[in-house]
Amino acid sequence: MSESHSGDHAHPELGFIRKYIFSTDHKIIGIQYMITAMAMAVVGGLLSMLMRYQLAWPQGVSPLMAKIFPVAYNGGVMEPGFYISLVTMHGTIMVFFLFTAVLTGGFGNFLIPLQIGARDMAFPFLNALSYWVFLLSCIVIFAALFVSSGAPMGGWTAYAPLSAIPAAAPGQATGMTLWITAIALFSASGLMGGLNYITTILTLRTRGMSMMRLPLTQWSLLVTSILGLLAFPVLLGAGILLMFDRLGGTSFFVPAGIIMNQMPVDHSGGHPLLWQHLFWFFGHPEVYIVVLPAMGMASDILSTFCRKPIFSYRMMVYSMIAIAVLSFVVWGHHMFVSGMNPFLGSVFTLTTLLIAVPSAVKTFNWLGTVWGARIRFTPAALFALGFVSMFVSGGLSGIFLGTSAADIQLQDTYFVVAHFHLVMAIAPLFAAFGGLYFWFPKMFGRFMNPTLGKIHFWFTFIGAYCVFFPMHIIGVGGQMRRIYDPTQYMFLQQQQPVNVFISISAFVLGAAQLVFLFNFLFSIFAGKRALERNPWHATTLEWTAPSPPGHGNFPPELPTVYRWPFDFSMPGEREDYVPQTVPVTITARH
Amino acid sequence: MPVVTEERRTGIVPPPPPVPPGGRGGDDSSGSGSSFPISKGQIAVWILLTAVLMLFAGLSSAYIVLRGVPAWQNIELPWLLWPNTAILLLSSVAIDISRRAVRRNDMQSMKRWLAVGGILGFAFLIGQLAAWRQLVHAGVYVPSTLQSGFFYILTGLHGLHLLGGVVALGVVFGKALKNRLTAFNYEPLKLCAMYWHVMDGLWIYLFLLLLLS
Repeated sequence: MSESHSGDHAHPELGFIRKYIFSTDHKIIGIQYMITAMAMAVVGGLLSMLMRYQLAWPQGVSPLMAKIFPVAYNGGVMEPGFYISLVTMHGTIMVFFLFTAVLTGGFGNFLIPLQIGARDMAFPFLNALSYWVFLLSCIVIFAALFVSSGAPMGGWTAYAPLSAIPAAAPGQATGMTLWITAIALFSASGLMGGLNYITTILTLRTRGMSMMRLPLTQWSLLVTSILGLLAFPVLLGAGILLMFDRLGGTSFFVPAGIIMNQMPVDHSGGHPLLWQHLFWFFGHPEVYIVVLPAMGMASDILSTFCRKPIFSYRMMVYSMIAIAVLSFVVWGHHMFVSGMNPFLGSVFTLTTLLIAVPSAVKTFNWLGTVWGARIRFTPAALFALGFVSMFVSGGLSGIFLGTSAADIQLQDTYFVVAHFHLVMAIAPLFAAFGGLYFWFPKMFGRFMNPTLGKIHFWFTFIGAYCVFFPMHIIGVGGQMRRIYDPTQYMFLQQQQPVNVFISISAFVLGAAQLVFLFNFLFSIFAGKRALERNPWHATTLEWTAPSPPGHGNFPPELPTVYRWPFDFSMPGEREDYVPQTVPVTITARH
Repeated sequence: MPVVTEERRTGIVPPPPPVPPGGRGGDDSSGSGSSFPISKGQIAVWILLTAVLMLFAGLSSAYIVLRGVPAWQNIELPWLLWPNTAILLLSSVAIDISRRAVRRNDMQSMKRWLAVGGILGFAFLIGQLAAWRQLVHAGVYVPSTLQSGFFYILTGLHGLHLLGGVVALGVVFGKALKNRLTAFNYEPLKLCAMYWHVMDGLWIYLFLLLLLS
């Protein structure tokens, strides 16, 4: 078994189908995850556009929509139930099938072996299986949109007893069953992926790649995978109980005395709050499953384009671990108004506010990295900076919502919508865009157009703030979270111009993503060629591999690592970066 | 601005760790130089077991919460669970004897006890199905009470996971028949035994949970 055994030479050329469709190569699987997630994002994004259209002009009659959706827009006016389905499907698709999938499935698969210096994942077949089960879950959730009785209406949190009783609403029949099935499949896929990520990062690191020399992206993916491993099985267990309530006649989540559609429910005895506990025990770590990889990627990108080492690498790692641990003891802050003991509410307030400490550590470290740097403003750098901005803006409102006294006032208003969109949707979206612009040359051997990238950034950045910042204000003004027509309440009517402004901004934000989609698809085939292996002058291992790397990643030999990944602007070095593969010569004076 | 790396701070350049015998690359075995002391198979089984235990932790926390609601009614557990438990414990013992045998290079004993363990495991599954039949004859179905629902779900899920263990034992037995296991390389058997013991312990936990309501 020789070290010089090359992946490139050892494997015969594979046909198109084996190479790009049924591939076990981590890079192809990563790109498959990304493109599938992008397709889901288009669907989820379009749903949100329909919602914004409805919220801005709730009384309007749209003959066009009546033609496209004859049932949902009966007479050109949206059915209220359809709006709730849109809320449910938008949330579900974005949280699971876009963010979780693109950050851990997409970037995780593509980057883990490349950044740790391995030829592939620890279990390549399992990795491929993980993608195909994910694709199946996407198909199932997509099918839920086209069920004749309607798409699910339980919200992305699928609160019981609405979700436990098929007769609760039209979409809660087949649509909800498909929802649970899709989430169960997604959990199974996530487990297969997580198993691979953890095993690979722990066992397949190349020579010299100690844990404390891992890029922060790798640390974030490791911590995220451990979170997923602990959180998703609980959701799966809750889903099994829910399925039995719906199909098996049990009543784990169905309380006594429920009447649905004028019909008494024939089984009872359970506890609907139990669902909330189980769901949020998963649901809050899920927030960090989405945010942590974004943090890791943004850290590496910022450091590269600031040409400075990341500020306090060790604290970055420890704070990620602290966030992960704390995320399991804060779920009650989603349930302050559920009638919990006020003392328990105070405990959850305390644990929630504790998360602000590691989050602030990270934020100040990013600022410390940027401080005094001569930043190279590429689209990737802009998006990484945008991530920090969005994370801070969204995180600050979290302090209000994490405090039970304030949350009781703000619960279920647009203030909440503004908070969680900024912190767990827009911030990770920015990091994901940053990652795509950054690693695109490695993925496809070509660049994305930087001018279009900057146009995309500015419209997205300003658009996102125009959409989500005013939501805080109308939320404090009392606009409810899942409301379908705000103008039906006198006290909300005066805010309606803000809703129109938000909607117009949302359309601009949506249109800006078309620029990205065009740039992405066009650049795959006709972008400027990336002739250099390391166009950004970065230090991590993936930049020592060819662009795009062949099967086996590092021909002919696996690299050896001699230093941490942040040796930028070293005094006495010819270049302003030193790759991890360059041996350290002890010439420095202390 | 002075920039000091980890190495320069200490002034020591750590040499690359030695390459372990036997490469552990991805889909090819070209070997990465990882010095991680635990094999990837072992980590994978631990991860799998963590996920399984979290699934049951979630379900048993639901069980404990619902035990406090007024509608909770205990069912009479089928007596067959007691002999089933004994059978599962014996299967664990058999598999461990097999694991010890392979370390002594006693291949005959290893195969024999592995087969005994697998058969006992299978007998446990049949016994669990028979216990379900006992309950059905007593008129206790999944939706009868909250506890009966939990009983069927917990035993069913545990049974499915044990069935996976039986299949894995079958695969290991196949390897043993082809003489692929040696005293120096018996990781599949070791991992299988680990999984099996955890499933055994899990059953004891679930049985106590159901019993002590």
